[in-house]
Amino acid sequence: MEKKKIIFKINGVEKTVEVEPNKTLLWLIREVLKLKGTKKACERGDCGLCTVLLNGEPVKSCLVLAVEVDGSEIVTVEGLSRDGELTPIQKAFIEHGALQCGFCTPAFVIVGHWLLNRNPNPSREEVVEALNGVLCRCTGYRPIIEAILDVAKKRK
Amino acid sequence: MSQNKNINLGYINLFNTHIIPVKFNYHAPQTLEEALNLLNKLKDKARVIAGGTDLIVDMKLRRKEPEHVVSLNKIRELDYITVDSLGVKIGAIVKLRKIEKEKIIRERFPALYEALKSMASIQVRNMGTMVGNICNASPAADTAPPLLIYNATLTAKSLNNERKIPIEEFFKAPGKTALKEDELVTEIFIPYPPQDSHSTFLKITRVGMDLSKVSIAVLTKFNGSIIEDIRIALGAVAPTPLRIRRAEEFLKNKPLTEENLKIVQEIVAKEIKPITDVRSTEWYRREVAKVLVKDALMKCLEEEGGR
Repeated sequence: MEKKKIIFKINGVEKTVEVEPNKTLLWLIREVLKLKGTKKACERGDCGLCTVLLNGEPVKSCLVLAVEVDGSEIVTVEGLSRDGELTPIQKAFIEHGALQCGFCTPAFVIVGHWLLNRNPNPSREEVVEALNGVLCRCTGYRPIIEAILDVAKKRK
Repeated sequence: MSQNKNINLGYINLFNTHIIPVKFNYHAPQTLEEALNLLNKLKDKARVIAGGTDLIVDMKLRRKEPEHVVSLNKIRELDYITVDSLGVKIGAIVKLRKIEKEKIIRERFPALYEALKSMASIQVRNMGTMVGNICNASPAADTAPPLLIYNATLTAKSLNNERKIPIEEFFKAPGKTALKEDELVTEIFIPYPPQDSHSTFLKITRVGMDLSKVSIAVLTKFNGSIIEDIRIALGAVAPTPLRIRRAEEFLKNKPLTEENLKIVQEIVAKEIKPITDVRSTEWYRREVAKVLVKDALMKCLEEEGGR
């Protein structure tokens, strides 16, 4: 099993890594780049906690081969805030108590960012559709939905 | 855990994201010709990857242990949606999400649009492809019933040959297709449905993201109250997704009366061969198939009335 050299951008920084073909993007992010905000859970595309943006679109990084991101741009939860300040979505999650154990929070924050970038004024249904691919097992989805809608409302 | 030989449980936290226990060589051909050459050489030692949402799960669970993985994702010539006077052609690496966003799909192929919208999650639709959904040949593949009622055709290419396979002849068994080991599906062609026809897709799942327990796609064309053209296809109720030809033949040139509806429901229940698995029992699937066939036909009838 031959290692492959891949070049990609993560959170705006270019990286060159040699990786075995049977490694996932999730492994690359957590174990090579040591960015632990992206969570590992079901490992089979069900829970969505490993969601990152790949070329601007949300994907489940546990089902992407690391070799396949050659030439791509990746954004993880660590790449969202600027100059140490939390983003409006991150602040809204705190205000709305949209987390309990916090394990799913990075994935919801990523999806929320993607949604509001694409659609600055989403309906409740559109928020629900976007969040459909991420599971929360403790706090429930209502405060998460409301946090995202609140950011959209305040921006108007 | 016995099958995960590589994992030493004492170090599970160190290795916990090292999770594809299969070792394989990875190939990323730049052109279709290169890919076909590889498949010609590697034959059944190779597995093709596009979205990866099925293959990677299968490799993690050791259901598939290929020596070689051939990625199609660098082959730009397979990334297209073209629309002409006959229908729509979709290349092998077009993502489900891109197809769902295509205006022509929403407008002319509503059953396919509804099936795409209902699949898994946005993340998975950003990754998976329709050709992959079909080639994986799951009985529960959500794009299969719509493609069956629209009479889609697949283009299969090998190094020395090219052939067209009607989708109805493509599925052979769970995970098995008519494809030869050196062949690649490069395109799905979906002809436009007849003018003034209606089509719809319905499915029953436990929660939105789950695989379907039962799915159905129906196309109708009415002439007054008479059904002139009718196509019915179901998923997750037999070893392959299937058209219910007997039900179609029965309904053709008849009005959609309550009595005819009941007979069609019974024909569908008889023609399908559901199994009991983690998602449903055989009995439940048969009963729900009857309900769905009625609901789908009534939805088409309503659209006809509201036209």
